[in-house]
Amino acid sequence: MAYAPTAPLIVSGGRVIDPGAGLDTLADILIEDGKVAWIGSSGARPPAPENCRILDARGLVVSPGFIDLHCHLREPGFEHKETVATGTLAAAKGGFTSVCAMPNTDPVMDNGEVVDYVLKKTREGAKVRVFPIGSISKKEQGKELSEIGELIDAGVVALSDDGMPVADSSLMRHAMEYGAHYGLMLIEHCEDPSLSHGASMNEGVLSARLGIKGMPAAAEEAIVARDIALAELTGARLHIAHVSTAGSVELIRAAKAKGIRVTAEVTPHHLTLTEDRVLGPRHGLIGINYQESKSGMAFSYDTTAKVNPPLRTKKDVEALVAALNDGVIDVIATDHAPHSIEDKQCEFELAAFGISGLETALGSLMTLVHSGKLPLAILIEKLTLGPAMLLGAVTKGAEDRAVAKSQVQYSSPLVPKAIGTLQIGSPADLVVFDPDREWTVDPGEFVSKGKNTPLAGCVLKGQVIATVVAGEVVYQDNSMTTE
Amino acid sequence: MAELDLYTNTVDVSTDISTTIDKALRSKHLLDVDELTTEELELFFSTADAMKEVLSREVKKVPTLRGRTVVTLFYEASTRTRVSFEIAAKVLSADTINIASNTSSVVKGESFVDTIRTISAMGVDCIVLRHSMAGAPYLAAQHTEASIINAGDGWHAHPTQALLDAYTIREKLGRLDGIKVAIVGDILHSRVARSNVWALSTMGAKVVLCGPPTLLPGAWRDYKKDIADEGDTLVLPRDVEVEEDLERALEDADVVMALRLQKERQESGLLPSLRDYIRYYQITPERLAKAKPFAIVMHPGPVNEGVEISPLVARSSESVIEEQVRNGTSIRMAVLYLLLGGGP
Repeated sequence: MAYAPTAPLIVSGGRVIDPGAGLDTLADILIEDGKVAWIGSSGARPPAPENCRILDARGLVVSPGFIDLHCHLREPGFEHKETVATGTLAAAKGGFTSVCAMPNTDPVMDNGEVVDYVLKKTREGAKVRVFPIGSISKKEQGKELSEIGELIDAGVVALSDDGMPVADSSLMRHAMEYGAHYGLMLIEHCEDPSLSHGASMNEGVLSARLGIKGMPAAAEEAIVARDIALAELTGARLHIAHVSTAGSVELIRAAKAKGIRVTAEVTPHHLTLTEDRVLGPRHGLIGINYQESKSGMAFSYDTTAKVNPPLRTKKDVEALVAALNDGVIDVIATDHAPHSIEDKQCEFELAAFGISGLETALGSLMTLVHSGKLPLAILIEKLTLGPAMLLGAVTKGAEDRAVAKSQVQYSSPLVPKAIGTLQIGSPADLVVFDPDREWTVDPGEFVSKGKNTPLAGCVLKGQVIATVVAGEVVYQDNSMTTE
Repeated sequence: MAELDLYTNTVDVSTDISTTIDKALRSKHLLDVDELTTEELELFFSTADAMKEVLSREVKKVPTLRGRTVVTLFYEASTRTRVSFEIAAKVLSADTINIASNTSSVVKGESFVDTIRTISAMGVDCIVLRHSMAGAPYLAAQHTEASIINAGDGWHAHPTQALLDAYTIREKLGRLDGIKVAIVGDILHSRVARSNVWALSTMGAKVVLCGPPTLLPGAWRDYKKDIADEGDTLVLPRDVEVEEDLERALEDADVVMALRLQKERQESGLLPSLRDYIRYYQITPERLAKAKPFAIVMHPGPVNEGVEISPLVARSSESVIEEQVRNGTSIRMAVLYLLLGGGP
């Protein structure tokens, strides 16, 4: 995106929640030159500058823009599924002001040129900031290391073979040695392929019932355990992508307690859906209301619920929510995985894995807040400060600084300092949302090319009203009034 | 009440074997047996009784489904199921068209959904579908106005096999309620076992599943039916047991059902050897002696004689394997009749 100088903007009268600054108060925010120029109570606000737009946020929540550590923009190579332009449009609509793009494109982002191409597409048509992630291995084949030095020069924020685990333990060790050398974070999709081969859902009583080969929780946990051991061996920064089992949470908890440099993320769908969702749209929803569709019957083997790692059990969901509350899980990331209709409208075993998640993230996560399972401040922290810290954009308050410093050695020059928080001088990346507004998910209204959602017909409570990146309003709901 | 009009035009109406249909099935598809009620299962059985009478006639033809088109769409090799459906449809005077995946546009890369839509657009009334992947019939049902009959989908279900098995037991033993059925062999990969547990337990039978540890769904072994929350989807009927000990499984069984063991299971590391399987899990006369006197022996076929079942047992007087095949046609006639023509 082009960060052209924007007119001054005042976001007025909202409840500003910024975990990075420890803030939860009614305040006005004055934005000038794309940065936060002033923040404080309405009464004390300096007079509005000339040509200033005012965004009326009364009754709404204002927070730093969400940062998605894990999303698939599909460009280059799979433009029929998503592009940088459409994916970032969806991000803006979902309240995300920065997204990290996974490298499983075609060609794979395993060298500087592909990263340059994505950054060119970003300059030409992205609505929000895009931070590329380079692959760990060439073509994500798990055989040879990617051009790691060149990827860093090109600006990648992390390395990952997401979509594929790094099956070869020795290669992962070497990748971590490189990672430790540069201080770069390695993001692992934890799945032992010999245990998950041919599997399409969680292994358990339900997969046995449906006659579908399942992935046991152990397929994830075996690699989580292996990678923790390798992180200890190499001193590398390990980030566990989309944690989905209670067992993984326990492994990460123990590793953190030992001081191993491991962090973790969880997706909105693993926090709000169970494997039962495969049985149809009324099943497997935790705290989400489904409005009966009048058209057509509901059938099981619903491919919109096919995702990797798979939706798990209630016990796993409860452990994941608890891990957000007690800090074992650092980040909520969408794993936005858009697919075309043909990729999903087929036999369950043939269907592509993935959920188009950017536009439903906030609404589904707010069910955790409304049901009292997760404080709003923690939810916002996991979407803002958490990922910002892992990207090296912010270090938390002084008391935590020692820890934060050891966690973060590398920060890509593409990542502006102090995103993920709203302090004077930080980039004016923010989201305005209505925590109580109800809306019904209609994939036909998605701006993402990926209409693949397990939430079609669900009534969510919590909707993004406006998204601002570097002072520019990149998304605005019809109801938003500006002067 | 609608009279079962099998007899019009062709044969004398013989009142002592005619039946009446005062209930209809709730679904126009037969995708699985787990949602069928006792009444619906009884309806299949009583209709099959009438069909069996038709098959015993010299002229095995009734006009019931004249003008209806039944397509058998098979993505997996099959002899008995496909032929059985075809005979059933032909006896009922339906027009039949057989499509096997190797001869259709499937080999040209047409998607399954497109194939279903294309066949439907030609105005067929029923698609009998065999597919190697679980759930394919559910996908088909979303894209067609025709009735879908699941003739086997992956490891998931084989409803007409379960119906004909239950029908055969009911015929041989006079009841299903209260009997013990031991199903032995490769439970994990068996759509026959998965459908039989529902049909049999709905009719009041107790089912015991037995096989080597690698061929039993591990999660079912530990499934505590009593802790399933009210309203949770029941993934295994409450009166089904998983038992690794073959002797205990066979003890006092009224029915012993052996399942086909595919040789690939050994190759993929699930079994130490075929010899090991034969030694510890083959249904032999000695093992059968654990079951009740006059227990019947079943097998969905095709049989690997000398592997999952000893030839002595397969060809013994206890064996009803051929009767299962015979009843298959009656049951499939009943299914076609009830889905396409029957009911008020």
